[in-house]
Amino acid sequence: MTNASAVVLQQVTKRFQNVTAVDAIDLDIRDGEFFSMLGPSGCGKTTTLRMIAGFEFPSSGVISLAGAQVEKIPAHLRNVNTVFQSYALFPHMTVAENIAFGLEMKNVPRADIKPRVDAALAMVQLSNYGTRRPKQLSGGQQQRVALARALVNRPKVLLLDEPLGALDLKLRKEMQIELKRLQQEVGITFIYVTHDQEEALTMSDRIAVMNQGKLLQVGSPTEIYERPSSRFVADFIGEANFIDGHVIDIGAPYCTVRASNGLELQGILQGATTVGAAVTIAIRPEKLRLTVQSPDNVSTLAAKVEQVVYIGSDTRLTVRLSDTITLDVWEQNNRSTLDRDAYWQRGEQGFVTWNPDNALILTA
Amino acid sequence: MIDVPVPASRPPSDTRSTIGRRLLGLNAWLTYIFLYAPIVILVLFSFTTDTFGVRWTGFTLDWYVRLARDTRMINATINTLWVALVATIISTVCGTLLALAMERYRFRGRNGMDALLYLPIVIPEIVMALALLAFFSFAFGLLESLTGIKLRMNIWTVIISHVAFCISFVVVVVRASLKGFDMRLEEAGADLGADPQTIFWRITLPLIMPGVIGGALLAFTLSLDDFIISFFTVGPGTNLLPVEVYGRVKRAITPSINAISTIMLLVSMTLVFLSQFVQRQRD
Repeated sequence: MTNASAVVLQQVTKRFQNVTAVDAIDLDIRDGEFFSMLGPSGCGKTTTLRMIAGFEFPSSGVISLAGAQVEKIPAHLRNVNTVFQSYALFPHMTVAENIAFGLEMKNVPRADIKPRVDAALAMVQLSNYGTRRPKQLSGGQQQRVALARALVNRPKVLLLDEPLGALDLKLRKEMQIELKRLQQEVGITFIYVTHDQEEALTMSDRIAVMNQGKLLQVGSPTEIYERPSSRFVADFIGEANFIDGHVIDIGAPYCTVRASNGLELQGILQGATTVGAAVTIAIRPEKLRLTVQSPDNVSTLAAKVEQVVYIGSDTRLTVRLSDTITLDVWEQNNRSTLDRDAYWQRGEQGFVTWNPDNALILTA
Repeated sequence: MIDVPVPASRPPSDTRSTIGRRLLGLNAWLTYIFLYAPIVILVLFSFTTDTFGVRWTGFTLDWYVRLARDTRMINATINTLWVALVATIISTVCGTLLALAMERYRFRGRNGMDALLYLPIVIPEIVMALALLAFFSFAFGLLESLTGIKLRMNIWTVIISHVAFCISFVVVVVRASLKGFDMRLEEAGADLGADPQTIFWRITLPLIMPGVIGGALLAFTLSLDDFIISFFTVGPGTNLLPVEVYGRVKRAITPSINAISTIMLLVSMTLVFLSQFVQRQRD
């Protein structure tokens, strides 16, 4: 992977009447990267993608493709291709005609079109389907045709707008692996829009998390999951326990926070804050341990088991710390036993403990 | 314990419903006879040897042969076909573009324009005819007083009038076919490098073609058998088929009229069936 930029967005804003769909976004997407834009519906991720494609023009800001400024250039003159959520295959053309369309538009010589279409069909494992109509294919096959139709043009950047949204779960998992394989094979920059966090974590080199038109965080899947910069990101990606409180001491490496019920907790500060400021502590449930004996550790609190849900690989516990605070604790079932006493029971007393490195103090 | 006897016969309500069902069936038959008896008689008496065309005196194709030699009638047919053809082409092109614009763009006054577009379909034809007549008289008068050029009603005033009422029907049919058109397909075309003209010719038009053809066939049929508007807007000296038929009926009904009517009926029916068939094709 080189470090050159494939797509750069600078202060890109899109307003529809009085709604700001995309609010002053800065992005630098690298060449050859699998980049995901993740967020709930209406967060502006699709609008951002459509501006990169050229279907929408930004109200303000600059978009560059491979170094050239393009934000005012219409879609048909941009060297990017899109895979649509609804596939948008041309129903009046065969699969091969669909794939050849982009090459015809670029005036590729007729003799070159056929081998390239055949290669594209082979790439998505649909070699014998060239003469069929899109309607005669299953959803997964149509999806692969849409992919071939875009990739055959060898675009600088491939834009994918929730391309797996219409597929069932099993097919979606298969296509996730398939897409990642294809992306590594062709080495084209993929910009992938999804609201499915697992999809984003599975495939991406980097993820941009968006909400309400704003870019909240950009980072690798582990950065996004392990070091979310805000409560929204921590909550949207994976599960997290949140405890509200205010800062009483800013130290290194740990800060101390007094929770609303008076408990004092330590964690790693994300961002900048001042003593007395309101913050949120976020801890992932799998990072918590529930023990019978109190370990000699500052991040230990007495807890009472309120709920036990056995789901096979894990046991998901809800424990109460105080009148106002409960925590979710996921214990991995790494012992094999049928002995009920080996598992936590409702009403039992224990101690919740965690490594303060896993407690994040969030200021936003 | 006494067993309650179960009635062996069907309850009376069943008998009633049987009578009701028969009456419904009878009604259906009578309705169809009412609808089609006149047409059957018309077609039948185009083959009778009776000169007045009111009695069955034997089979002949003589009236059809005579039609073929009737230059006045042939001339009227050619005029009518010409009017229908030109009016269809103009109204199909304008109507299709209008339907596309109405479906695609959101603009001020769109709802009002939408309603105005459908008005010609419900306006009484006689009102439309008189309005067109008044319009042409006014326009020609104005033109003459301004430039001294004298224009008269002719075949073009009929064509313009037919376009005026056909456009609405074309718009209705084309818009129906646009409802199922996925606008993303046009974006996909642009994405693959097609400019707006190429997108229209290669993607949009082929996909809405059944609607366009359906609209054109409907317009052609409507123009072909229109009498009222043609009667009011055609100038002296131009002969149109429905007007010619009307003129002859005023004098005397002959099996010739029946023959020409039978042919018109056949052509209209064929076109309507064709338009229905083409529109079904898209599903």
